[in-house]
Amino acid sequence: MGFGFENITASIHNWLYNTFNPSIALLIEFILVAICIITLFSLLGLVLIMMERKVSAWMQVRLGPNRVGPKGMFQTVADTLKLIIKEGMTPDGADKFLFNLAPFIVMIVAMVLMAPIMFAKGFQIWDINIGILFFASVSSVSVIGILMAGWASNNKYSLLGAMRSGAQIVSYELSAGLAILTVIVLTGSLRISDIIESQQNGWWIFKGHIPVIIAFIIFLIAVTAETNRAPFDMAEAESELTAGFHTEYSGMKFALFFLAEYVNIFIVCAVGATLFLGGWMPLHIGNWQGFNHVMDYIPSSIWFFGKTFFLIFVIMWFRWTFPRLRIDQLLNLEWKYLLPISMVNLLLATVIAIAGWHF
Amino acid sequence: MYRQTEIISDLSKTPPSEGLEGADMIINIGPQHPATHGVLHLVITLNGETIKKVEPHLGYIHRSIEKMCESLSYRQFIYATSRMDYLSSHINNHGCALCVEKGLQIEIPARAQVIRVLMDELTRIASHTLWWGAMAMDVGALTPFFLAFREREMINDIMEETCGARLTMNYMVPGGVMFDLHPNFQKKVKEFITHFKNKIDEYDELVTDNVIFRNRTENVGVISKEDAISYGMSGPSARASGVQCDIRKLYPYEIYNQLQFEEIIETGCDSFARYLVRMKEMRQSLSIVEQLIDNIPDGEFQAKTKAVLKLPKGEFYSRVETARGEFGVYIVSEGGTTPYRIKFRSPGFSNLSSLDHIARGSKIGDLVAIMGTLDFVIPDIDR
Repeated sequence: MGFGFENITASIHNWLYNTFNPSIALLIEFILVAICIITLFSLLGLVLIMMERKVSAWMQVRLGPNRVGPKGMFQTVADTLKLIIKEGMTPDGADKFLFNLAPFIVMIVAMVLMAPIMFAKGFQIWDINIGILFFASVSSVSVIGILMAGWASNNKYSLLGAMRSGAQIVSYELSAGLAILTVIVLTGSLRISDIIESQQNGWWIFKGHIPVIIAFIIFLIAVTAETNRAPFDMAEAESELTAGFHTEYSGMKFALFFLAEYVNIFIVCAVGATLFLGGWMPLHIGNWQGFNHVMDYIPSSIWFFGKTFFLIFVIMWFRWTFPRLRIDQLLNLEWKYLLPISMVNLLLATVIAIAGWHF
Repeated sequence: MYRQTEIISDLSKTPPSEGLEGADMIINIGPQHPATHGVLHLVITLNGETIKKVEPHLGYIHRSIEKMCESLSYRQFIYATSRMDYLSSHINNHGCALCVEKGLQIEIPARAQVIRVLMDELTRIASHTLWWGAMAMDVGALTPFFLAFREREMINDIMEETCGARLTMNYMVPGGVMFDLHPNFQKKVKEFITHFKNKIDEYDELVTDNVIFRNRTENVGVISKEDAISYGMSGPSARASGVQCDIRKLYPYEIYNQLQFEEIIETGCDSFARYLVRMKEMRQSLSIVEQLIDNIPDGEFQAKTKAVLKLPKGEFYSRVETARGEFGVYIVSEGGTTPYRIKFRSPGFSNLSSLDHIARGSKIGDLVAIMGTLDFVIPDIDR
């Protein structure tokens, strides 16, 4: 395992600190990271939107985009170009400052959330010791951006969409948080690298008995709701509220919302993969030395992205199969079913962790 | 009758003194809105997300078809009605042709009768499949829409071969049908029957048994039998409330009294019952097509009629069961070559009148589901 992301990053780090003085080296590192994040952001947008189109086409017995570039690969690029050229309208009655600020808040939140994610072995921007807590707390800021967009648009559809979204994100954060805690009590650490290390001899979804499986399902439901995806796309609900909170947005401002939605999906799936499916950790089964050794030969980044994209596919699968819930049913589901279940589940997981019954 | 639409465009213009309790939010759904499937304009008064009042505003696609028909001959006016309920245009034409034939007292050849009924039922299946897709789209499932179009395309191809058109078929003439069946007709319809029998089970799997869909439609949009009758509802929407109103059974026309089929009646009175009625009707229509497809009698496809038709002085009324309900044609003739007055009784208009009654007290999401199950075609309402 001579080649790996951790070697590349370490050599760049060493070279910078040997060549420049520490403060300039740090500054250069900041800029490099920012460039990486922005590139990753746009790449993810392109890939995920393409994936959504192809997955939906596959489920809906049609071909999907197939004209721009080979197999329609550059359709998203063409769409982005179109959106950049379009006029970024601001409605007359809108609160102009908040209206223009909202997409950036949603976008910045998605960017900041990239920080603690571990993309491959040793390839992480910020291995903060409260990594998961950071994720849970920062992700709730995006609701401010959505509420801002809904209120500042001075459009009733937008306002209703934002109201729904606010109620929805705030409630589903509880379940998502409790599902995350289920794994945290087993690992005993909030640091992402520790969580992944703890899954060296098996992923938590296999090691943690039924409570972790339940937590995984609840986590999937809750993050689908948190990212405003169907069947919980109450905030947009195109057949009810035309486009919900971003009804009035056009051009690049709309594109930012759109991009942030897809990057958010990637982030929550990455966190799900990290917590339950071992992040970059290859599939290891107990004492099968030979099997584990073969699995180690697959690069860690492929493991991470494979797991994440599998979860993204599951979330897309939800979207193209299920009808949408109604707002009161959505809140009932959270407060009457998911929240009590995840609380009991957390207790069970705690008992397992204390008694050491997990593998 | 046009009323000035009450539009409060700015949130700050709602009276501040009334506070949050007293102020109603008025939202315009339509005329351009994804859920109205056309240019229906609903002014809904909201309290939070709960609907207090629904007021349909019509006239966005009014083409005065009734008035136009007064200056068209008895052969011509039939085709103007294709543009009313464009999803069951064949059945509309059928109603008009029946009315003219009643006035002229023409005997229709047996072959023409069977062809007409076959086409009617194929149209009904096509209309209901499209409704199924659109209804599922209204409650948020996008995939059924594409699946529904796949099946509808097969029917449209059959129609295209025989009638020469896919949507507004214009296949009816007083006394029969315009052309004979295409040689491929029987083969293609049989293919469709085997294909659709599998697919309709897939429909049930995907949508009918889905727990979210059940939650969205069960006990939502309830209208009692008495209310359904007093609002003049007809068709599948009324039959879901237990009203017996299938014209094919009550006042059989053509050869419907010789066919084996059931009038689907549900007593659920809610959106889900309306959904079930249409799903079961598709199976019934399919069985009618199955009964007839091998038994098309030989003979003329059109009765001999005069070149210029003149209805005797008097009033004539006929009705048919379209995919949406009872379609009535009322002709007043002065004995000339054009009708003196024509009135159409379209099912959509009466069904729409019940919307306010049904939707009060439910959520915006429910309104969309209710509109989906009432199956509106806006040009049918506006004419």
